[in-house]
Amino acid sequence: MNHNAEVTRQSSSLFLRRRLRVTGIVQGVGFRPYVWRLAMELNLSGWVRNDAAGVEILVEGERHRIEAFTRRLPVEIPPLARVRELSWDDAPHSGEHTGFVITESGAGRASTMIGHDTAVCLDCLTEMFDPADRRWRYAFINCTNCGPRYTLTRCLPYDRAQTSMAPFPLCPDCEKEYRNPADRRFHAEPTACPVCGPRLALVDVRGNAIPCDDPITATIQLLQAGQIVAIKGLGGFHLACDARNAEAVQRLRARKQRDEKPFAVMAANPASLAEWVEMSEAEQALLTCRERPIVLLRKKCGADAALPGIAPGLAWLGVMLPYAPLQWLIFHEAAGRPAGTEWIHHPQGLMLVMTSANPGGEPLVSHNDEAIDRLGNIADAVLLHDRDIVVRCDDSVVRMSANNGPQFIRRARGYTPRAIRLSRCGPSVLALGSHLKNTLCVTRGNDAFVSQHIGGLDNPATCNMLQEVTEHLLHILQVRPEAVAHDLHPDFFSSHYALELADAWGLPTIAVQHHHAHIAAVAAEHGVERPLLGLALDGVGLGSDHTSWGGELLRVDGAAFTRLGHLTPLPMPGGDKAAKEPWRMAAAALFLLGRADDIPRRFTAQPVARQLRVMLEHNLHCPPTTSLGRWFDAAAGLLGVRNVMTFEGQAAMLLEGLAEEAGDVSPLTDAYVLHADGKLDLLPLLARLADETDARRGAALFHATLARALADWTLQAAEQQSLDTVTLGGGCFLNHILSRHLANHLTSQGLRVLEARQIPPNDGGLSLGQAWVAISSLNNRQLKGTRSDP
Amino acid sequence: MSHGGGGRAMVQLITDLFANHLGNEYLAQGNDGTCLPPCTGRMVVSTDSHVVSPLFFPGGDIGCLSVHGTVNDVAVMGATPLYLTAGFILEEGFPLESLARIVESMARAAKAAGVKLVAGDTKVVEQGKGDGVFITTTGVGFLPEGVHLSGDLARPGDAVLLSGTLGDHGVAILSKRENLSFDAPILSDTAALNGLTAAMLASGAAIRVMRDPTRGGLAATLNEIAHQSGVGIHLDEAAIPIKPEVDAACELLGLDPLNIANEGKLVAICAAEDADRLLAAMRAHPQGQAAALIGKVVEDPNCFVQMKTRFGGRRMVDWLSGEQLPRIC
Ligand SMILES: [Fe+3]
Ligand SMILES: [Mg+2]
Ligand SMILES: [Zn+2]
Ligand SMILES: [Zn+2]
Repeated sequence: MNHNAEVTRQSSSLFLRRRLRVTGIVQGVGFRPYVWRLAMELNLSGWVRNDAAGVEILVEGERHRIEAFTRRLPVEIPPLARVRELSWDDAPHSGEHTGFVITESGAGRASTMIGHDTAVCLDCLTEMFDPADRRWRYAFINCTNCGPRYTLTRCLPYDRAQTSMAPFPLCPDCEKEYRNPADRRFHAEPTACPVCGPRLALVDVRGNAIPCDDPITATIQLLQAGQIVAIKGLGGFHLACDARNAEAVQRLRARKQRDEKPFAVMAANPASLAEWVEMSEAEQALLTCRERPIVLLRKKCGADAALPGIAPGLAWLGVMLPYAPLQWLIFHEAAGRPAGTEWIHHPQGLMLVMTSANPGGEPLVSHNDEAIDRLGNIADAVLLHDRDIVVRCDDSVVRMSANNGPQFIRRARGYTPRAIRLSRCGPSVLALGSHLKNTLCVTRGNDAFVSQHIGGLDNPATCNMLQEVTEHLLHILQVRPEAVAHDLHPDFFSSHYALELADAWGLPTIAVQHHHAHIAAVAAEHGVERPLLGLALDGVGLGSDHTSWGGELLRVDGAAFTRLGHLTPLPMPGGDKAAKEPWRMAAAALFLLGRADDIPRRFTAQPVARQLRVMLEHNLHCPPTTSLGRWFDAAAGLLGVRNVMTFEGQAAMLLEGLAEEAGDVSPLTDAYVLHADGKLDLLPLLARLADETDARRGAALFHATLARALADWTLQAAEQQSLDTVTLGGGCFLNHILSRHLANHLTSQGLRVLEARQIPPNDGGLSLGQAWVAISSLNNRQLKGTRSDP
Repeated sequence: MSHGGGGRAMVQLITDLFANHLGNEYLAQGNDGTCLPPCTGRMVVSTDSHVVSPLFFPGGDIGCLSVHGTVNDVAVMGATPLYLTAGFILEEGFPLESLARIVESMARAAKAAGVKLVAGDTKVVEQGKGDGVFITTTGVGFLPEGVHLSGDLARPGDAVLLSGTLGDHGVAILSKRENLSFDAPILSDTAALNGLTAAMLASGAAIRVMRDPTRGGLAATLNEIAHQSGVGIHLDEAAIPIKPEVDAACELLGLDPLNIANEGKLVAICAAEDADRLLAAMRAHPQGQAAALIGKVVEDPNCFVQMKTRFGGRRMVDWLSGEQLPRIC
């Protein structure tokens, strides 16, 4: 054996050179300085840089130190970082590196991902509430571990010049922090201070500055005087008023033309909310997480009296904590400007209504001029600043589901543009979602990026936003889709737009049935590819037979599905009008029950009750639907809970609230019929409700019986199809009682139940399902293509 | 094809009725084709098949409708309608009295509109192979020098005018068909618009586009124009004339009056500075008394037609692929 070779081997076992690649959320989150600190601590030399796939690291040094580095690297990461994959190759030690450096980005795509917006961190709060700190009471404080990302980034690579911080050149102090790898603000792109950063201004409804010493002080004075102030947030403006001032809340409702739809409130901390809402540990964790969503919490009794007009008659209250420094400053001011952070844990008296400033169902107001123009007749003053909102993003709304997991009602700020992991890679597709609660989805590899909540596409500004967000997402993800998916409904703007884009780009389109997409969305996020049962309980979606579906039992097998069964169709007198007027659905039920004479007798307050009966008898614009949402409306109408809704889902929410009050009841096992052809008939249940005098009991019977009937129906199909997994999708699963009972029944019978966890069960999650069906269908085609090739 | 005795009687009846009510030198020629006098200038031709149920409805019937429909298509081109041809497809056994009423109504409508029926044809199909009566009419008109109207001429800033109330025809048909009764009877607006269009052209206003919002209603018509011209259109709901009873019926039925067919209305787009003059000319004509300025043309690469609602919001005015399908999930 050669002596020299022996020496080399010995040194290679003691000294090593290792090249590591990290993927995940590792850019723009302080990952490189973190690597730098770790390497310095372990006395390793080499470099770290961003590259197209994530972060690339080269370390040289003693083997055991490199092993320690590799072990600790994915564990001790900065708060906003997420490591998906870590891989490495070893090579002999070269000794060419002395010291450890952070180098500029490598070639190729500069960056993979823009981070999501997060709440200001405790370190920053500590500075902001320290009178001696140079950022004392500075509303735009942030660091690598916190602050805005998605909402201020125009395009990639993620650096200051590409964000709305570009007009604010760093002052020497900020520059020093920005350049220092040991500093928390090393490469914190949006960093700023009172010397160099954005500033606040309080203006009146004409846009003229309101003379004041301090905009925050003046704002809290206005709020405490019962005024409405529009406040610029991260992804849009909020309209704020004192939540405990009934008159102010009423004025806000009147000006916003929003009669009853609940408002969300903001309080300083969980302790300040204890009086009004129940809060489990899991719920508190959700409320205080960095994403800072609005969390729906169960009201305590007395909450409605203390907070009149906030969420009248509903069992749930939407609450959130401050996430932007500006919001914190308002609470700080109300608390008397205490020094230090002690106060942030103590109950605070101030509670604010914080409702998205989106007049008339339009997307969020995001520009200063626009705020003054469009909010001028709602707000008394506008608290704004000179940092632009680049991407509009609403507050997310979540709650703990009935079955111990988070459930999204609306997924937006804090969560987008975070990816949902798919079970396999596929061609990139663009899916344009539904008509209401629209979102879109872009896939890249095995990542699915679901956009923020966009809204209802009956509004032109929302349609524009869909176009903007589509372009923006494709741009920041640097994806060229290979197909465009859309809903089967020909008259959705999202469908038109899909066809238009596909035409312009020469791409195939894939029309996906609405409820197939609902089920596929949940299957996709759980990575299930085997055939499964899908129970889609929903509002109306167009079926493959061109009628309106919405209470469907499907067998879903990737790109294909079979309709195993559905609810008995109910006529919808007046089409969509019936989705807003539960009394119409109640009349439809009475008509089917052979009790048409009851219609005018029962609904004396409805001037057209008599004519509605004629419509039903003549089948005049009474399209049939199997939608469970409409069965809920029928039940609410028959029980006299609600005749006409002022916001979507109101009747079902009130019905749930009543059932909640009544407590658990036994289901009426003789009030539904499972037909051999797979149809589930709940008319006998409605017949019982038609004669029920106690709305609470009726509501409880409806929920209990419905859950039992749906469970029997599903179990029967599971047995016939030999399937053991059932996927629940559709807006009706936002109903807590239904979800809980149904999941209990099904799991107790040995079925595996999958629910929407990372996306909303309602139409907000539809784009993910469309994308997943499109990918499956493209994969099938490719498979067929290779097979048929000689 | 079977020509029973009934069939022959029908054909004869139509021929006689036309001869009696509309006898003119062209129809009297009796040849395979009709020879018309020379005409210098551009001609406009339009053809339309008319199918309606019920055949007789409040405010009209398929007879006058088949004249108005084609006369209006020629008139909104800016042309003066001159001649009409008519093709009938009759179902065997169709009551002769009803047929007589239809032809008489047609004749009256043609006379009122000042057009001559110059050729016609009748076919009879077996029972069950038709639906009473189908009538296809073709209209020929003369387009005066200098008139050039087209759906691709709308420009940002232009004014959008509507000649009267929306939805009357569609709602009248529906309520008659289904025996729905409303407090006030709703009549179809079926009417010839060539008098109105002549008055509008005579006003001297710079008219770019005229169109009659028939099937698909105002929504379909404006979307067509927006796409043809590559512009957007902003409407103001409060300015759009709708009869209260039609509005109420639409509320009940859950239908959007903007998607409902009209048979005696037109929409005109003209230069903004001429809007007042044009509106005055329209209002001075019996067919345009309720005319209104309902919106304006804007620059919009998306070609959106949108409307400011009575509540101050904005909504898309949709171009539906067919009937109004439910879509609230
Ligand atoms: Fe849905
Ligand atoms: Mg026509
Ligand atoms: Zn921070
Ligand atoms: Zn600075």
